[in-house]
Amino acid sequence: MKSLGSTRRTFAPWADPDAKPFIRFENVSKRFGDFAAVDNLSLDIYEREFFALLGASGCGKTTLLRMLGGFERPTSGRILLDGQNMLGIPPHRRPVNMMFQSYALFPHMTVEGNIAFGLKQEGMPKAEIAERVQRMLKLVKLESFAKRKPHQLSGGQRQRVALARSLAKRPKVLLLDEPLGALDKKLREETQFELVDLQYELGLTFMVVTHDQEEAMTMADRIAVMDKGQVEQVAPPQEIYEAPASRFVADFVGSINMFEGTLIREAGGPQLKDRSGLAFDIADSGDASPGETAWLAVRPEKVRISRERPEVQNAIDGEVWDIAYFGDMTVYNVRLDDGRVVKASTINSLRRLEDALTWHDRAWISFSADAGVVLTR
Amino acid sequence: MAGTWGRFNVVALVLGFAFLYLPIVLLIIFSFNESRLVTVWAGFSTRWYGEMLNNRGLLDAAWVTARVAFLSATVATVLGTMAAVALTRYVRFRGRLLFSGMVFAPLVMPEVITGLSLLLLFVAIGFDRGFATVTLAHITFSMCFVAVVVQSRLISFDESLEEAAMDLGATPAKAFFQVTLPVIMPAVIAGWMLAFTLSLDDLVIASFTSGPGATTLPMKIYSQVRLGVTPEINAVCTILIGIVAIGVIITSLVNKRREVLRRREEATP
Ligand SMILES: Nc1ncnc2c1ncn2[C@@H]1O[C@H](COP(=O)(O)OP(=O)(O)OP(=O)(O)O)[C@@H](O)[C@H]1O
Ligand SMILES: [Mg+2]
Repeated sequence: MKSLGSTRRTFAPWADPDAKPFIRFENVSKRFGDFAAVDNLSLDIYEREFFALLGASGCGKTTLLRMLGGFERPTSGRILLDGQNMLGIPPHRRPVNMMFQSYALFPHMTVEGNIAFGLKQEGMPKAEIAERVQRMLKLVKLESFAKRKPHQLSGGQRQRVALARSLAKRPKVLLLDEPLGALDKKLREETQFELVDLQYELGLTFMVVTHDQEEAMTMADRIAVMDKGQVEQVAPPQEIYEAPASRFVADFVGSINMFEGTLIREAGGPQLKDRSGLAFDIADSGDASPGETAWLAVRPEKVRISRERPEVQNAIDGEVWDIAYFGDMTVYNVRLDDGRVVKASTINSLRRLEDALTWHDRAWISFSADAGVVLTR
Repeated sequence: MAGTWGRFNVVALVLGFAFLYLPIVLLIIFSFNESRLVTVWAGFSTRWYGEMLNNRGLLDAAWVTARVAFLSATVATVLGTMAAVALTRYVRFRGRLLFSGMVFAPLVMPEVITGLSLLLLFVAIGFDRGFATVTLAHITFSMCFVAVVVQSRLISFDESLEEAAMDLGATPAKAFFQVTLPVIMPAVIAGWMLAFTLSLDDLVIASFTSGPGATTLPMKIYSQVRLGVTPEINAVCTILIGIVAIGVIITSLVNKRREVLRRREEATP
């Protein structure tokens, strides 16, 4: 999904044991009273990485960013930036800029004034400031709004001013808290690509908070999925999607079919035997050992649906319960005889309208042995 | 129903305003009276305004009052704003409740007590009463009013603005002066105006804390009135009313404009 093909694809410092992390959270906790907003969290982020924090509302994403920005003091643990302990360093002396979730534009200054603010603090010469401001305005396509005050802008325009303001100083690390939340779908997609290009061109490290999984998938080199102040999994988008580490991650990112059962080892290979006696062939049993309770997670697009029984082991029949038509694809909800519902999605590659499955038809759903991933938590 | 209530409201309004403003209107009218007798109308004249300008004592008092009011309002605004910031910002410092109680208590303290206690203080430390003591006294009692006005604005101030300023490299002090202060400025100005007016018309505290050579206008007027009301006094009072009215109007206009802007800002988050 990256706009910048092959050069980016080789970027994987996290796989290199010699690579030094640029930002390091070491067992960081943040408590508000008894409540742990961030709970013993460790995380490494590398230079020039586009890192996304994904998680439900209230899981501690903003709190994590605010600790890196210097606005919240960790209750315990350390935060290192480029090897330097950030403890006690005030926000204005951190080489980190933040785009606030509420934008926090200065209401008494014009768009220009807002963008120039950080540069003035540095004591940059006037001519240079003017030039930089112009470049930033161009970048966010707000050239004609330079003299307006924030209250004269639309929500999306304000968001772009906030982005320009936080980018103007070329910080080593840019923290973006839901940067695209207020944009409409089209502008949002455009801006996503722009952000990625920009980050790549300027060679910055981005840490982006979002609760939109598609956005995280599109933009990030790696994604951290957070839940209740802890990191559930950190991995590149594809791995998060295809090899989720837990049921939470599998469920949070995309949609999924989950079969709970016990792992057994047969002559033909491992199987997962679920409570209604069905046994699924599995190619890779992951961390699960025989006899253990495990979950088989299969994405809907890896589930086939057909009228006839297919020639694979993992096939169950049921009744078409619901059909959601999206144009490019169709999602079928098939109700098994024990009441469970399995999702199967198909790409509508043929423009064929007759002979389609319809409500209350009997149908077989099936998937190959390597379609699913076995989870133990 | 609506009609009767409407009439009742109109009558109530008229009576209320008459009660409030009739004496003032009378005072203004009689300041243009030709006659020396305050209660007898003898034709329009601006004679007493001219007379007033030749009254050395009155002018001196006016000058003292202007200086005291300006100085005390300015200092009270600085101190009051600082107190308001401390009270809203550092929510959890020890003894905050006591501190805020102590800042706001003088609002309801009878002036006689404030005046008397200040007098005792100045006598105790051997401070000669005069211009400095009146000014100090006025600072003391008007800074709480400033604190209240500024605090009510600060409560709705979005703290992430200040955080954003610091994030962009401003020291806490710069963030305050370049972002917070400009945003809350209308409230600070309103606080200054309030302090100025309070000082301008204070009689009680000034009587306790002033000394020879620092007679304020209200003190002067009061002492002259005891010898009999002259149209000259009416003229002085009319001018005072004018100054205060202009102040009030400017403050409310500024605040109204600000309020409109703010509402517009909040309407499109
Ligand atoms: N100053 C605070 N005092 C008390 N609790 C707080 C404070 N700030 C955050 N919290 C709590 O910490 C938790 C995490 O908050 P945080 O703002 O980090 O969530 P988030 O992941 O950014 O959510 P969202 O996606 O809604 O922005 C929330 O439950 C919140 O109520
Ligand atoms: Mg948040």
